[in-house]
Amino acid sequence: MDLTFASITDIAEAVKSKKISAKEVAQHFAKRIEALDGKLNSFTTKNELFLQEAEAVDARIAKGEDVGPLAGVPFGIKEMFCTKGLKTTAGSKILENFIPPYDATVVARLKAAGVVVMGKLNQDEFAMGSSNETSFFGATRNPWNLDCVPGGSSGGSAAAQAARLVAGTLGTDTGGSIRQPASFCGIVGVKPTYGRVSRYGVIAYASSLDQAGPMVSTVQDAALTLEVISGFDKHDSTTTQRAVPTWSKNLKTDIKGMKIGLMKEYLSSSLHPDVQKTVENSVESLKKMGAEIVEVSVPLSEFAVPVYYLVAASEASSNLARYDGVKYGHRAEFKNLSAVELENFYGKTRGEGFGKEVKRRIMLGTYCLSSGYYDAYYNKAGQVRRLIMNEYLEAFKKCDVILSPVTTAPAFKIGERISDPLAMYLNDIFTTSTNLAGLPGMSVPFGLSQEGLPIGVQLTAGHFEEQKMLNVALALETASPVKGKNPHVI
Amino acid sequence: MIDKKTIEHIAKLARLHVTEEEAQEYSIQLAKALGHFEQISKINTAGIAPLVTPTEIESYWREDVAQQDFTAEEMTANAPAKAGNLFKVPPVV
Repeated sequence: MDLTFASITDIAEAVKSKKISAKEVAQHFAKRIEALDGKLNSFTTKNELFLQEAEAVDARIAKGEDVGPLAGVPFGIKEMFCTKGLKTTAGSKILENFIPPYDATVVARLKAAGVVVMGKLNQDEFAMGSSNETSFFGATRNPWNLDCVPGGSSGGSAAAQAARLVAGTLGTDTGGSIRQPASFCGIVGVKPTYGRVSRYGVIAYASSLDQAGPMVSTVQDAALTLEVISGFDKHDSTTTQRAVPTWSKNLKTDIKGMKIGLMKEYLSSSLHPDVQKTVENSVESLKKMGAEIVEVSVPLSEFAVPVYYLVAASEASSNLARYDGVKYGHRAEFKNLSAVELENFYGKTRGEGFGKEVKRRIMLGTYCLSSGYYDAYYNKAGQVRRLIMNEYLEAFKKCDVILSPVTTAPAFKIGERISDPLAMYLNDIFTTSTNLAGLPGMSVPFGLSQEGLPIGVQLTAGHFEEQKMLNVALALETASPVKGKNPHVI
Repeated sequence: MIDKKTIEHIAKLARLHVTEEEAQEYSIQLAKALGHFEQISKINTAGIAPLVTPTEIESYWREDVAQQDFTAEEMTANAPAKAGNLFKVPPVV
């Protein structure tokens, strides 16, 4: 068995049937992390106890216990998820030494399913970024070209997965942070319907947009991982009480008669020629497989970026108010501990602890929520948000799944866009509307640029219609011209 | 352009110290971002309720039972400064 490229399903089966031990699997991937992560900077913290965790899985199997569908599968977890006893920083100095006393629900569910946590993965600070350059722990590099960004904010997860330093990873997606890095690194990334996956223990950025999801190598692995992490959680009142379908068992490539929507607005946008070609190729493939292509329209999607940044920055400014230097995290030095002004205590601590991009968004969000501006900005954005969602609901009356680009261009060079925040924000033009409407979306690898960088295509489905989206993704994966291609760094 | 006074006011509301250099940078960038956001003002949203949670939330009730998930030691383990099991802060009065 070629462990490096084995699927999650194959590893779990091999471990359960004792063809290989969880310990051997973990050791194999630990060696890869040791050998390759120096180039990528995808890991922030390694789990020193990974061998003990793997041995515990083996011990349970030896006793004849049912370990779970992900038995012995090594996973990397984005810094955004609380992990009991393992440093969780959100990529920020303000949480540099934070060790949570509990696991996020999704992490607990992965562990209960047999996963071995190998460590924590780098990300943009508080998930604010489209390039993975804003982390306090330095930029992560794209394993397909070390001069390029892996995308953000789940860039560490995408890079580690693409370089096969682990067999599976978890990311979070607030405005495209799973799909965009998945596209830039040539892996499969799924953002489920809002409410499918618990946000308990996921460090909050923008609560009405954040959703966790798998970033893995195949559609089958994505379906299986999503099944494990989804479902109602009493700790998160925004999780749905709907049953979790067995997506992985119901996957099929037969998409004959399915209606694939192409959004008029995306077709008229200016795309990098390689991205354009990748989307066109994917449409041709779907046609050949018997799908019907229909044109749909979501006219207000052109306003998705401003609405997204208004909502996200406003919610972030509120969520990040908890970092005050009292209960956890960084606290500024106060040499003279006689009476200090409380506002000064908070302000200095936060000023030192947050990076530039985070401060920029807190300032923006605070402004938009401040007296006299709330109605013009946050409230207005919420109203437009409802109109965007309504347009999507109309579009899904005409089609099963919408196909679109993930980004306008393939991965860009490190440092190329970091000095122009607005240009960086506009990078999220194809992904943000999915989060605003709470829809499931995913990226599937389907092309390579002239320079040899991966390009994904995006699929979006109606609320709770993940199965349709995963089936179209599987069909695309089967026909993908880049199937089996791997980054040269490995 | 957002003036220095406005930046100072927002920074105060946000309990966030920003340096002179940052203030200068943010005033230009915020103005640019807000200018970009202005484009949504022309969309007719009369009578539209703002969307806050994009999917339905089903209310549920749980038993009103007291439970202890963490010990006091665990709750204060990450405190930047503590006295016993209490969070220690500089005197503010």
